[in-house]
Amino acid sequence: MSKNVKIRKGANIKLVGEAVEKTVDSQMPSSFSIKPTDFHGTVPKMLLKEGAEVKAGTPIFQDKSNERIKYVSPVSGEIAEIVRGAKRRILEVRILADKEQKPSEGTPFDTSGMERAQVCDILLAGGLWPFIKRRPYDVVADPTEAPKSIFVSGFDSAPLGANIAYLLEGREADFQKGIDALAKMTAGKVHVNVSSGDSSFISKTKNAQVNSISGPHPAGNVGIQIHHIDTINKGDVVWTVDAQAVAMIGRYISTGKADFSRKIALVGSEVNDPVYVNTWTGASISSIVSGKTTDGDNRIIGGNVLTGEQLLQDGYLGYYSNMVTVIPEGKESQFVGWIQPNFHKFSLSHSYFSWLMPGKKYRLNTNLNGEGRAFVMSGQYEDVLPMDVYPVHLLKAIMTNDIEKMEGLGIYEVAPEDLALCEYACTSKTEVQSWIRKGLDIAMEELG
Amino acid sequence: MKIIKNLFDSLRPSFEEGGKFERYYTAFEAMETFAFVPDHVTHNGTHIKDAIDLKRTMFLVVIATIPALLFGMWNTGHQHFLALGQFADLGDGMMEKFIFGAIKVLPIVVVSYAVGLGVEFGMAVYKRHSVEEGFLVSGMLIPLIMPVEVPLWMVAVATIFAVVIGKEVFGGTGMNILNPALTARAFLFFAYPTKMSGNSVWVNTTEGTPVDGYTGETLLAQSINSSSSYIDQAGTAYSSVNDTIYAAFMGWIPGSIGETSTFAILIGAAILLITGIGSWRIMLSFLLGGLAMSLLFNLWDVNEFMRVDPILQICMGGFMFGMVFMATDPVSAAQTNMGKWIYGFLAGFLGIMIRVFNPAYPEGVMMGILFMNVMAPLIDHYVIEANIKRRTKRAALAA
Repeated sequence: MSKNVKIRKGANIKLVGEAVEKTVDSQMPSSFSIKPTDFHGTVPKMLLKEGAEVKAGTPIFQDKSNERIKYVSPVSGEIAEIVRGAKRRILEVRILADKEQKPSEGTPFDTSGMERAQVCDILLAGGLWPFIKRRPYDVVADPTEAPKSIFVSGFDSAPLGANIAYLLEGREADFQKGIDALAKMTAGKVHVNVSSGDSSFISKTKNAQVNSISGPHPAGNVGIQIHHIDTINKGDVVWTVDAQAVAMIGRYISTGKADFSRKIALVGSEVNDPVYVNTWTGASISSIVSGKTTDGDNRIIGGNVLTGEQLLQDGYLGYYSNMVTVIPEGKESQFVGWIQPNFHKFSLSHSYFSWLMPGKKYRLNTNLNGEGRAFVMSGQYEDVLPMDVYPVHLLKAIMTNDIEKMEGLGIYEVAPEDLALCEYACTSKTEVQSWIRKGLDIAMEELG
Repeated sequence: MKIIKNLFDSLRPSFEEGGKFERYYTAFEAMETFAFVPDHVTHNGTHIKDAIDLKRTMFLVVIATIPALLFGMWNTGHQHFLALGQFADLGDGMMEKFIFGAIKVLPIVVVSYAVGLGVEFGMAVYKRHSVEEGFLVSGMLIPLIMPVEVPLWMVAVATIFAVVIGKEVFGGTGMNILNPALTARAFLFFAYPTKMSGNSVWVNTTEGTPVDGYTGETLLAQSINSSSSYIDQAGTAYSSVNDTIYAAFMGWIPGSIGETSTFAILIGAAILLITGIGSWRIMLSFLLGGLAMSLLFNLWDVNEFMRVDPILQICMGGFMFGMVFMATDPVSAAQTNMGKWIYGFLAGFLGIMIRVFNPAYPEGVMMGILFMNVMAPLIDHYVIEANIKRRTKRAALAA
């Protein structure tokens, strides 16, 4: 039984710089990086040393607490550097790519007659396992757990979000293969959620329940979809997989070859020609953006403007990124800016005029537009969070380390990205997402 | 602009760590961020942020109070001249009335802001937190709910009490339990009742002899004895109840400075509702609560005050001002949407109840709101508990 879900709360932030449906190939990056920080909660244990030769698919490090989960090199080359931070924490493993990529070898898998454990083993061996994440806590899934269902969001409602159907164009069969493989891993259903009115191939996915979701962002967030379709209760585990990752899993199964190439959307007001780009997981960001952005002080974001990660000029594309956004930095002060009409600024509140111009697209910068304050306004978070969760009270429970209350108020149901709009809208500029992450960490430790 | 910017830039080193006035950094920062929205950028979390901040929020509330303030100035003069038998017609002596009122009202506003901001800056420097914007609104609301004859030193004392006891001891803006402006009024009301109520505080008559029949009574005070016949400050009787309602709605009646004109307050309400800064849930439920109580009293019908027409009841006294500017204070009100409905309804309901049951407090709305300020966390607690129970139940069902 497919479901129709109407999301009423939330907001679409319209920005300049949406990608047109055209794909270009990025130049082959000379260096790549795998960042353990992409996999929250994973403590990496290195399997190789600096200078070691790797092929695409060669395991580089594994999760210390679950050694079956291995993180592999996306390309063939040589481990150039292991970048460490405070307390020698590993931040990045940089790989110098071979100019001529060594062809990866492998034979196709036939999963049709396979058991769950065998499919898990294939993905674990292929280094694709980290694509599967689990709720609660939004961390890499544990292969020994049986999820009650698996969710795949078939659309991205975030600002400038990629068109997933276009992103996967030509890989329809891979996507279906991936869904088939995922279906093996749960006794429940695989849910594929599309935006209402979607008639792309995603809405015709077989071996899964296709649900249609309507409404503003964060309707495309898988956490919101889970909340409305198969809510997580205490003790439940739900897995989530990004749509492009499903196709990558499908491709691995049908070829048996390690291939971490992916398509991303290059968007944002500071990109000269926003288009889709064929590149690789972990590719150096300069190979994607150099020469394609305006001059000036820009911020490169791996992901969207609400949840993405700030990347430096010499940074690398994250493991899960489907898009790169480039927006201007906002390091300018504005004379009595708090009272100026500011037609160029966007606000979800009606205290600026943006609400009178619903169609206008904005070129927003990274200015904080104010200063951090204690909670004063109420109701702002509730207006943009389509969940039966009291966000401010949940945050306060986290801030006061009240575990019982966190559990009662729904810590299992949320991920930082689901509350990103709350953070955006906040008058007091509270760092909602990092607090939610803290809460999830506490809950994971104390409640398991 | 460049000059101001350079001025701040040149002053900054002496306020920063190691500087001569390091201790006063928060005061400097407050001045600087008041002049310029700072160049701070996002670091983690969302890379873009909504354009709204607390300064704009608070300033929009101040703008919303301006119609009530301007009308209050004119009305102060109007009541004064009316009592003395001059410019009896509404349209007469507009400028004289306004200037007279301004001379009376502005010092109260200045004292409220100067003392309040002084305490805020002092506290910020002492406690090393940044100066928060809450007082921008409180500083305006305090004068608007004072009788025009209140001595300035009382305004100062009340403001200090409101900022220190009402707010700072709880941790500053965002942490207070009671509405600071109402705390100031309640403090004066109980400490100096003769200066906050009665018949001699609402209208200035010190510079002349009042006309025959002048009583200085507000409509509320008159309601104790009669719900059908009212007189104005010139001793002239209103021709009908509808006439009285009209006067109360437009606001040319005696009362605290900013609360008399329902019309001016509704302009402010429109600003708050359109900008989304005031909660429509609280305003609407507050109104419904007040009307419901008034109607119940009409049915009960034991004394004159209970017979007062519900519309007149809500146009008189501080009901509308309390609804639009006091009950909606997001910090001291309930914070859940469900809680707002309950909070607003009960505040309006109790406001009218106290007003009618206890004529010794001629205005019960203040007490109603303060009482619900105290109760708001309890209301929220039960709303939140219901959410927790719903979740537990769902988990039990699924298991």
